[in-house]
Amino acid sequence: MKVLVAVKRVVDYNVKVRPKSDGSGVDLNNVKMSINPFCEIAVEEAVRLKEKGLATEVVVVSLGEKSCQEQIRTALALGADRGILVETAEELQPLAVAKLLKAVVDKEQPGLVLMGKQSIDGDNNQTAQMLSALADMPQGTFASELVIEGDKAKVTREIDGGLQTIELSLPAVVSTDLRLNEPRYASLPNIMKAKKKPLDTMTPDELGVSVAPTVKVLKVAPPPERQAGIKVASVEELVEKLRNEAKVI
Amino acid sequence: MGILVIAEHSNTELKPSTLNAVAAAQAIGGDIHVLVAGAGCGAVGEAAAKIAGVSKVLVADNAAYEHQLAENASKLIAELGAGYDYLLAPATSNGKNIMPRVAALLDVAAISDVTAVISGDTFERPIYAGNVIATVQSSDAKKVITVRTTAFDAVAAEGGSASVEAVAAAHDAGKSSFIGEEIAKSDRPELTAASIVVSGGRGMQNGDNFKMLEAIADKLGAAVGASRAAVDAGFVPNDYQVGQTGKIVAPDLYIAVGISGAIQHLAGMKDSKVIVAINKDEDAPIFQVADYGLVADLFQAVPELETLL
Repeated sequence: MKVLVAVKRVVDYNVKVRPKSDGSGVDLNNVKMSINPFCEIAVEEAVRLKEKGLATEVVVVSLGEKSCQEQIRTALALGADRGILVETAEELQPLAVAKLLKAVVDKEQPGLVLMGKQSIDGDNNQTAQMLSALADMPQGTFASELVIEGDKAKVTREIDGGLQTIELSLPAVVSTDLRLNEPRYASLPNIMKAKKKPLDTMTPDELGVSVAPTVKVLKVAPPPERQAGIKVASVEELVEKLRNEAKVI
Repeated sequence: MGILVIAEHSNTELKPSTLNAVAAAQAIGGDIHVLVAGAGCGAVGEAAAKIAGVSKVLVADNAAYEHQLAENASKLIAELGAGYDYLLAPATSNGKNIMPRVAALLDVAAISDVTAVISGDTFERPIYAGNVIATVQSSDAKKVITVRTTAFDAVAAEGGSASVEAVAAAHDAGKSSFIGEEIAKSDRPELTAASIVVSGGRGMQNGDNFKMLEAIADKLGAAVGASRAAVDAGFVPNDYQVGQTGKIVAPDLYIAVGISGAIQHLAGMKDSKVIVAINKDEDAPIFQVADYGLVADLFQAVPELETLL
């Protein structure tokens, strides 16, 4: 079974981003970029499937500017076999990404697509669901456990209030939640080896997909600031304030 | 303009998040219908008909919708969507699972986690873990939206008298099936619906120590939550998680115990009306958002708090 993993290049999760002063966008000058954490979990899961002998090949795909090659190389260093970059300078919104991935799925015919449940920049949580719809595949979103049994995938999902287990007919799309696994670190020899792994580049035009966005960001702004309150000296004072000042208990 | 709100329910009970989604629909303005898709969900349809401001309830009662499988529900919603300008659902795990699939079937964008309605085509939504609020404008003819429930005050659950109409369409994609569910059983209120939340972080040191928080929660009728650090450390299950990647809560009182206040946690609780922080590190960022901060060792302060309540 071939596994396709999608990875997104995003601002590193340790960076606190700020809107530009004119509100036209987020200031991304000289900030550290990384693989989206949820996508990294997807790569790890795919590599584990290969190590268990369930996956024959792990293909990693990223979409965006040329610099996304860095994230593909990182995924290759973690154990993916081959990379695909769909290169474009256009802003890509989730539906466009899903359409591009659908075109890649048509070419590659994977038995399983693994991707992060959301990216930590746009926080949309849409692309896996959209790809599933376009490719007419079942979806297992927010996965905390994935078991492949023959031509079925058993997916345990993080839902409000607990866990849900569903069974999907393969091929399927699975989006990862935090507890699915803990990604490994790439070793230096593997980082060196990753540089020699194949990486193909294609464009949205070649895939026959229009990526024109339909949602325009009019402005971005910082959220309303919350003012720090007071420090209380004791638990007695805290309870007194909550009872008589805030009146919440 | 017609708006279809997708009801959140358990087949027997209408979930309050539906009322927040209806509130967002009212902010957009237009004729509001509610879809109840489930199995044996007639009572939910009756309850939905009483929601203030709703003019019609569609009930799709079929085994294919019993477990809200996205493959089946999205086909139904996309088909019904032909007759509406807006499709809205609360941004619950169900809403997030189903609505983007609906949008793709309709070949339109989805707009996730809307926190404010500016106009019929313009909305606010948080990005970058809530560090940035984006104002977005959609040029799609149909708008598929999930609603951040904490951003819209629930409409009244009673007072309406909508007509109820059965929908016959049965879509079973046949590609997925429900195996089972483990829903944490608790006498405490649900995290996202509780008026008081007591949360613990890495400072709790282990899962056993969460019993101290449970004791306080039981005295206050509160729900228990946790930071991602506490979940990652295995102290508590993931459904306790409050934050960008967990639940978004906005209770009247939020008590953060042993939580440093990472950005991603603050994103999930900073709209709480009153925030209390108990932490031994006086420089912890949580104190920058707390109305009442107590610099203390939680292992002394929490038992003391319990006796005083």
